[in-house]
Amino acid sequence: MSAPHDTPMYSLRKSLLLVPACGMLASCKEGVLDPRGPIGHAERLILSDATTIMLAVVVPVIVLTLAFAWWFRAGNRRARYRPDWEYSGRIEVIIWSIPALLILFLGGMAWISSHELDPPKPLAAREAPVEVEVIALDWRWLFIYPEYGIASLNQLTVPSGRPIHFKLTATSVMNSFFIPQLGSQIYTMPGMTTQLNLQADEVGTYQGLSAQFSGDGFADMRFEVAAKAPQEFQQWIAQARARGGTLSRATFAQLLKPAHAGEPLTFAQADPELFAMVSSGRNATRWSPEEAR
Amino acid sequence: MLGRLSLAAIPFDQPIVMITVGTIGVVLFAVLALVTVKGWWPYLWREWITSVDHKRIGVMYMIVALVMLVRGFADAIMMRTQLALAAGHAQGYLPPEHYDQIFSAHGTIMIFFVAMPFVIGLMNFAVPLQLGVRDVAFPVLNSVSFWLTAAGVLLVNLSLFVGEFARTGWLAYPPLSELAYSPGVGVDYYLWSLQISGLGTLLSGINLTTTILKLRAPGMGYSRMPVFCWTALASNLLIVAAFPVLTATFAMLLLDRYCDFHFFTNDLGGNPMMYINLIWIWGHPEVYILILPAFGVFSEVVATFSGKPLFGYRSMVLATMAICVLSFMVWLHHFFTMGAGADVNAFFGVMTMIIAVPTGVKVFNWLFTLYGGRVRFSVPMYWTIGFIVTFVIGGMTGVLMAIPPADFVLHNSLFLIAHFHNTAIGGVVFGVMAGYSYWFPKAFGFKLNERIGKAIFWCWFIGFYLAFMPLYALGLMGATRRMQHYPDLHWQPLMLVALAGAVCIFLGIILTGVQLAVSIRARARNLDLTGDPWDGRTLEWSTPSPPPAWNFTHLPHVERRDAHWVAKQAPKPSITPKPDRAVGPIHVPRNTPIGVFVAFFTAILGFALIWRIDWLAVIGLVGVLAVGLWHVWQTDREMVIAPDEVTEFERRNVKEAA
Repeated sequence: MSAPHDTPMYSLRKSLLLVPACGMLASCKEGVLDPRGPIGHAERLILSDATTIMLAVVVPVIVLTLAFAWWFRAGNRRARYRPDWEYSGRIEVIIWSIPALLILFLGGMAWISSHELDPPKPLAAREAPVEVEVIALDWRWLFIYPEYGIASLNQLTVPSGRPIHFKLTATSVMNSFFIPQLGSQIYTMPGMTTQLNLQADEVGTYQGLSAQFSGDGFADMRFEVAAKAPQEFQQWIAQARARGGTLSRATFAQLLKPAHAGEPLTFAQADPELFAMVSSGRNATRWSPEEAR
Repeated sequence: MLGRLSLAAIPFDQPIVMITVGTIGVVLFAVLALVTVKGWWPYLWREWITSVDHKRIGVMYMIVALVMLVRGFADAIMMRTQLALAAGHAQGYLPPEHYDQIFSAHGTIMIFFVAMPFVIGLMNFAVPLQLGVRDVAFPVLNSVSFWLTAAGVLLVNLSLFVGEFARTGWLAYPPLSELAYSPGVGVDYYLWSLQISGLGTLLSGINLTTTILKLRAPGMGYSRMPVFCWTALASNLLIVAAFPVLTATFAMLLLDRYCDFHFFTNDLGGNPMMYINLIWIWGHPEVYILILPAFGVFSEVVATFSGKPLFGYRSMVLATMAICVLSFMVWLHHFFTMGAGADVNAFFGVMTMIIAVPTGVKVFNWLFTLYGGRVRFSVPMYWTIGFIVTFVIGGMTGVLMAIPPADFVLHNSLFLIAHFHNTAIGGVVFGVMAGYSYWFPKAFGFKLNERIGKAIFWCWFIGFYLAFMPLYALGLMGATRRMQHYPDLHWQPLMLVALAGAVCIFLGIILTGVQLAVSIRARARNLDLTGDPWDGRTLEWSTPSPPPAWNFTHLPHVERRDAHWVAKQAPKPSITPKPDRAVGPIHVPRNTPIGVFVAFFTAILGFALIWRIDWLAVIGLVGVLAVGLWHVWQTDREMVIAPDEVTEFERRNVKEAA
C-alpha cells in the first residue's frame, strides 16, 4: 500500500532561505560580532572560523538530504531501487572519518583557545592592568577601584588601551558579569571569587549586563561601560574624589537591600576591606517575602 | 490547621491568571459532565484508568503530553508577546514576578510533562510490539509509573491557581531557590511535582530496561532488535542511571528548605556550585534520554518509507551506545563561565564535541538509507526530512558552544535558547510527531488525515524557523535569556518575527486537534484492515490494528532483522490459519486500580508538604502505604483469555483483512 507522493522539497528549500537572514547580523553595530577589545576580537574569530568549517559539512549534508529524497522519490522511474542495499564498508569508513576529522580539528581549537583565553589569564601589555573589584548586588553592580580608593555604582569607567583585571563576587545570588563588546563573561557567586581580564581598545560607551537570572530585578541589572582616554580616566577619578561620599560598611548595608537599578553613583572613599569581606561570604543576606515579591 | 494555605493563596487580583483558571475550569467541567451524562465512567475505569496494557498506558502518556503541550505553549506565546511589547521603556503586560513564573513553568513543563511523557508513551506503546512480546516486564508497575507522572502534572497545574510556581528558571539554581531568596511555595511546587513524576520516570525506566533485556521474542538476539528498541534501551539505561541523581539533588534542596540543612546555602559551609554540578549530571543525560528515542523513530520511518533496510545498522547501534556513555562525561559544558579553569573547560569542551561524531554518523546513515530507496512522502517522512535539515543546524550551533571561549560570549544568551529549541523542536518534537503519525493507525486501527498532517508539519517547520532564527541573531547582539524587558528598541522587529513564528506553531497545535477530530469522523474511510498500512518492516506491523490485549496470538519466531519484511518476502502462505497451530489459553495481567490509588495519595502527600499541612501529609503517606500493602495481599493478578475468544478474534480479523 503506497501513500500519495508529491513535491514538498521546493518549499523546504524556500524555507531554508530564512537561515541566511541571520546574515544581516554582519551589519550590526553591537554585541559580540562588533568587538572592541582583544578578547572580544579573538572570540569573534573563533565563532566565525568554527562556523565556516562546520558549514563546509553541514551545507552539503542538507543539500544531499534534499537531493537524495527528491531523486529517489517513489515516482521517479529513472532512479534505481536497491531494496537490499544496507552496507558498504567504504562508505562506513568515510562517514566515521568526516565527523572525526572535523572534531579533531575543532577539538584542537577548543583546547588551545581555552588556555589562551582563560578568563584569569593576564593580558599581554606594557602597562599594568587597572584593578577593579566587582560586587553583584540585588540588582545593581558595585565597582571598587582599590588602587584609587574610590567606588562606583552601576557605572564602570575604564581607561582605553589598558588591560583591566576584574575580581568578582556577589552578596546573595548568582549573576554573570558580561560586556558583550569586550568579550568573555564570568559568574559572580556569593562567598567565591572569580577573575576576568578584559581590555577596551577604543574610547566609547558599551553596554554591560547580567547574563544569569537573579530574581525580579534581573532585567534592569544593566550598567554602562565608559572607556575613556587615559587622561580623561584620571580626570574621572579626580571628579569622583571631589564629589565625595563614603562607602563604609554602613553605606554598604544600605546597598544590600534589594533595589532595581537606579542612577549611577560614585564614592570618593571605599572601605578597602569590603571586597574581601563579601567574597569570604561573611555577610550573606536574606530576602524577606515582601522584598522577594 | 491548613499550614500556610489560606484564601490569600488564590491570586484573585491577577486577571490573566483568573481568566485562565476560569477557562480551564469550564472546559474541565464540560468534559466531566459529558463523561457523566454519557455514562462513560465505567468504560473509562475498566478499559483505561485501571488498565495495565502497555498500549493503553502508552496512549494515556501521549494524551497527557498533548494536553500539557497546550499548557506549555500558552506560557511560550505569553513570553513571546511580552518580549514583542516590552522594548525601550515599555514594561509589557507581565510584571517580573509573573513573567519569572512563566518562563520557569514553560521549561519545567515542556521537559518533564511534555517531552518526557511523549517519549515514554511512544516507547511504552511500540517497544513490546517491536520485540514481539505480550507486555512489558512489570505491567502493574507500568500503571503506577504513569499515574505518578499524572500526579506530578496535577500538582504543577494546581500551582497556577493555588499559590505560585517557582520564579527561579527551570533548574532552580540555588542560592536563588533556597528559602533565603525564594521564601514562597513556588519552589516547593516545583520540587514536589518533579520528585513525584521523577519517581514514576525511574520506575518506567527500570521497567522498559528489563523488558528489552529480558523479554524478547524467541530468536530476537540483540543484533536483530529494531533500532528503535536499541535507542529505547539506551534512553532507559540513562533514566536508570541519571534520575536517582535528580531525586537525590532535589532531596538535598528539600532538606535545605524544610529542615534548615546547608547543602547549597551561602552560609555554614553550603556550596551552591555542588547543586549545579549535580543537576547537570542528571541534566545532560536527560537531553539524550529525549533525543535518542526520537533518533530511533526517524530510523524506523526512514527505512520503512524508503522501502529498504536502514543503512549501517551496526554503526547505528554503536553510535547510539556511544552517545549513551558519552552523555555522562560532558555536564560541565553548561557552566564553562563559572571559572573552572582552562584544563577542565578544555576537557569538557572536547568531550562534548566528541558526541558530534556518533551523531554525525547517524545523520549520514539516514542519508544513505534514502539512497537507492523508493521514497514515499507520507507525513512521518515529512517530519524526518524536516528533522535532518533542521537538526544539523542545531548540532552545528551546539558544537560551536562547546568551544569554551565561544561559550564565554554565548552562554545564557538567546543564541543558546535558539540552539536548544533547534534540537528540542527540530529533534524531539519532530521525532514525536513522526512517531505519532506513524504508529497512530497501529494504536487505533485507522490512519490520520494526511493533508492536515502535512499542514501541521509546515506550521511547525516554518514556525520554528521564524521563531528561533531571530533568537540566534538577538543572542549575538547581546540579548540574554529570562529578561522581562530590554532597552534596545531595534531588537523589537526581530522579537516580532519570533512572535509570528510562535503564532505559526500555535496554528500547528490547533490543527493537531482538528486532524484528530476529522480523522475520527472519517475513520471508516481510513481503516487499516491489514495491520500494515505503511508496508512496515518490524514486528508491530504483523499484528492487527489495533492489536488485541495479548498482542500476538502466536509469539513470532525471529530469524533475521526486519522480521516482518522478511516474512512478507517469503512465498505467500495460505490465508486460512494452519490447523496445526493450536491456540492455547493466554494469560494476561488483570487490571488493577493500584496505580491510580497510589498516585491519588501521593498527590495529597505532595500538596500537604508544599503547604506544610502536617495532618494531611500523614493521611497521604498512610494512604500510599495502605494501598501498597493491599496490593501485596492480592493474589489473583492474572486473567486467562480462553482459546475460543482468541480463535474468534483471529477469525474475525482474517475475514476483515480479506
